[in-house]
Amino acid sequence: MMNKIKSFNELKSVQERFKAGRDPKKPCITICVGTGCLAYGTQKLVDNFREELAKRGLADKIDFRTSGCHGFCERGPMVVISPEKIFYQRVGLADAGEIIDKTILKGEVIDRLLYVDPATGEKVVHEDDVPFYKKQTRLVFGLNSKVDPESLEDYLAIGGYTALGKALTGMKPEEIIQEVIKANLRGRGGGGFPTGWKWDSTRKAKGDPKYIVCNADEGDPGAYMDRSLLEGNPHLILEGMIIGAFAIGSSQGYMYVRNEYPLAVKNITNAIKQAREAGLLGENILGTGFSFDLKINRGGGAFVCGESSALFASLEGRAGEPRAKYVHATDKGLYDKPTNLNNVETWANVPFIIEKGADWYATIGTEGSKGTKIFSLVGKINNTGLVEVPMGTPLREIVFDIGGGIPGGKKFKAIQTGGPSGGCIPEKHLDIKVDFDALTKIGSMMGSGGMIVMDEDNCMVDVAKYFTNFLVSESCGKCVPCREGIRRMRDILVDITEGRGQEGDVDLLEKMATGIIDGALCALGSSAPNPVLSTIRHFRDEYTAHIKDKRCPAGVCKTLILYSIDPKKCTGCTVCSKVCPTGAAKGVRKEAHTIDAAVCTKCGACRESCKFEAIIVR
Amino acid sequence: MVNLTIDNKKIEAEEGQTILEAARENGIVIPTLCAHESLEPSGSCRLCVVEVKHGKRTRVVTSCLYQVAEGLTVDTKSERVLAARRLVLQLLLARCPESAQLQEMAKEMGVAPEPRFVPDKDKTKCILCRMCVRTCEKIVGVSAIGFSYRGTEKNVCTPFKEDSVSCIGCGACAYVCPTGHIEMETTETGDARKIWGRTFKMKTCKVCGRYFAPEDQLTYISTKTGVPAEDLAVCISCR
Repeated sequence: MMNKIKSFNELKSVQERFKAGRDPKKPCITICVGTGCLAYGTQKLVDNFREELAKRGLADKIDFRTSGCHGFCERGPMVVISPEKIFYQRVGLADAGEIIDKTILKGEVIDRLLYVDPATGEKVVHEDDVPFYKKQTRLVFGLNSKVDPESLEDYLAIGGYTALGKALTGMKPEEIIQEVIKANLRGRGGGGFPTGWKWDSTRKAKGDPKYIVCNADEGDPGAYMDRSLLEGNPHLILEGMIIGAFAIGSSQGYMYVRNEYPLAVKNITNAIKQAREAGLLGENILGTGFSFDLKINRGGGAFVCGESSALFASLEGRAGEPRAKYVHATDKGLYDKPTNLNNVETWANVPFIIEKGADWYATIGTEGSKGTKIFSLVGKINNTGLVEVPMGTPLREIVFDIGGGIPGGKKFKAIQTGGPSGGCIPEKHLDIKVDFDALTKIGSMMGSGGMIVMDEDNCMVDVAKYFTNFLVSESCGKCVPCREGIRRMRDILVDITEGRGQEGDVDLLEKMATGIIDGALCALGSSAPNPVLSTIRHFRDEYTAHIKDKRCPAGVCKTLILYSIDPKKCTGCTVCSKVCPTGAAKGVRKEAHTIDAAVCTKCGACRESCKFEAIIVR
Repeated sequence: MVNLTIDNKKIEAEEGQTILEAARENGIVIPTLCAHESLEPSGSCRLCVVEVKHGKRTRVVTSCLYQVAEGLTVDTKSERVLAARRLVLQLLLARCPESAQLQEMAKEMGVAPEPRFVPDKDKTKCILCRMCVRTCEKIVGVSAIGFSYRGTEKNVCTPFKEDSVSCIGCGACAYVCPTGHIEMETTETGDARKIWGRTFKMKTCKVCGRYFAPEDQLTYISTKTGVPAEDLAVCISCR
């Protein structure tokens, strides 16, 4: 347990002490224990490392650190050996001893554990040279690999809480707000509202007490950047929140985090306890007289609770439904008191702005969107993971240079950004420079930063159906357009994908979308038609093919496709007949096989197993 | 007082009034399904949407919640507004095809059912306007009914769909229900009433002798107000 730090000067000396305790030349094994890597079984690898180090009597001579998510989830379990920053990926659970003996003790690189750049076929030794990391600017997320999320000492050793000390002792609340306004930090949760202005409104609002809230109700399918920040570097978010509380004039904050994020809850709970003990949270922070404390509230996993008024309702113990009032949360939010709600990533940016200054921060990004953004890059992409790039990075660079392109040499078709209520972006827009305004302009949105890549095998009507279905099950049901309208849209999409589409359906969908956008009560409802609208906008021909020609061009919608075998390509190897679960694929050895359409369930097993690409789907 | 224009009509309204209130005071009709003068606005049916112009910005808002403001221009019948209302009504017609109230409203507004929306089969008449739940909580003060589930599964019911111990059988929920979904049955003699699955014994008026209110309701009022139960045992006609 750490003694209470009573002043900024004392904080500086504590930081120095921890920093001095760390020899940068001393070998250090860093291993990622983010949720993704843990799912690979990394905990066992951690135990093996500890055991092997102890066996060799090296526990004191070698630093061993478990850290939060590094982002390159595709290649886990991941181990980085410092100071050289040798990067090992897909490490086997039994590789610990070999890594210690060869790399740590003899300085040898283990070839088999290196990353192979698929573009060049070359092996990459150092972390910084891995193409996935090379083009990123890991301002916020990069600290994850430098700290053990359970250790306040680690965070202090890299200069953590300096921004807080600076803000509390050297800046007036108004100056802090001006700095955030000048940095033009915009809300990372989806809306993109200027954070500084929100702080300013809450500070100026009449009412007492004032609350600040961290929105950690990340619910978009495939998005996990907030989770990884909370899991990997909880003190960074705490620091941002305490600075915000001081600027706004709040003494009580809440962290609304999904209960489905157990590791995030555990690590932030631990961080709060540590910060309290160290005098960084609670009464009289750093001896400045400023007091602020934070409570964690675990959400039940309703998507709508990410919407501010629904989140407040849930925090107050009521059902998570949005409130239809034309007042801002900054005036009347939680318990009808002035409330400032920001997302995890937004809070995480604050310490950087305060420590390094708005002028420095504003050099990163575009005219309208400053700083970096963390995206979770998933779907049909080689390098699945979390990517942090400066605002304004071309979408193509994210998908192809960082993401490594599409697996299996398939053709890129679209990328869905902004979560379920975002939009699908086709190839012709791949060169846009990603920021809040550019994405909105082409009918999508930044959202919280989810990016789902789709290739030629994805049917865009099916994609629209998937997201619409998600929104149907996540609608709270309070207002008619969202509750009734989205499900009717879904029903029409189901009809279209099952061959019951009618002429005029696309027009009707567009008409319904307009009505829902105008009529829905909250932002979730009014953005719910986006997946349908953006796929119609960019892939109208696919809708037409389904409705008029009763054909699914991507070969996804089962009712509209037929499996057959190209007799010219079929060698009669019999593999398809062996994998076919219904006996539809059959034939005589060394002669062209056939598929009996009456029995075929279109499961695709034959297509996957055929080495000669003889299975035709159309 | 603030000055605004609704449908090209110059109107003076009290500060804090909603557009819906100001419009109705001036004889301008805006359809609603979840608004009631005794209840705080809920903003859930979305039929009362109107288009407002304040400065350069035009947007569709809910008139039951949006407050009047100086210089505001309101259009209650713009094409955008009518389209949103039409959709809401068509969606409700498909949800509650049997509701006479909805059919009447559709007729008045010239809205035909959308043939592409297959009418729901379960024949419920509940449009989830929340008036019953709000009345039970805010006016009666017992919160005997609420919502369960969410989204399309959302429905009004007693907690865990069990007989509600807090229900007093007052029938206010059935009274405010705009579509006749909540059913209240009374026995032929009038000695009992059934609502939300529970049967309530009725009390007779000590003057005329007719059954007039559930015993539970009178007990509740007596406890709440301190008026002796004996004094409450007179029906409205005999008071």
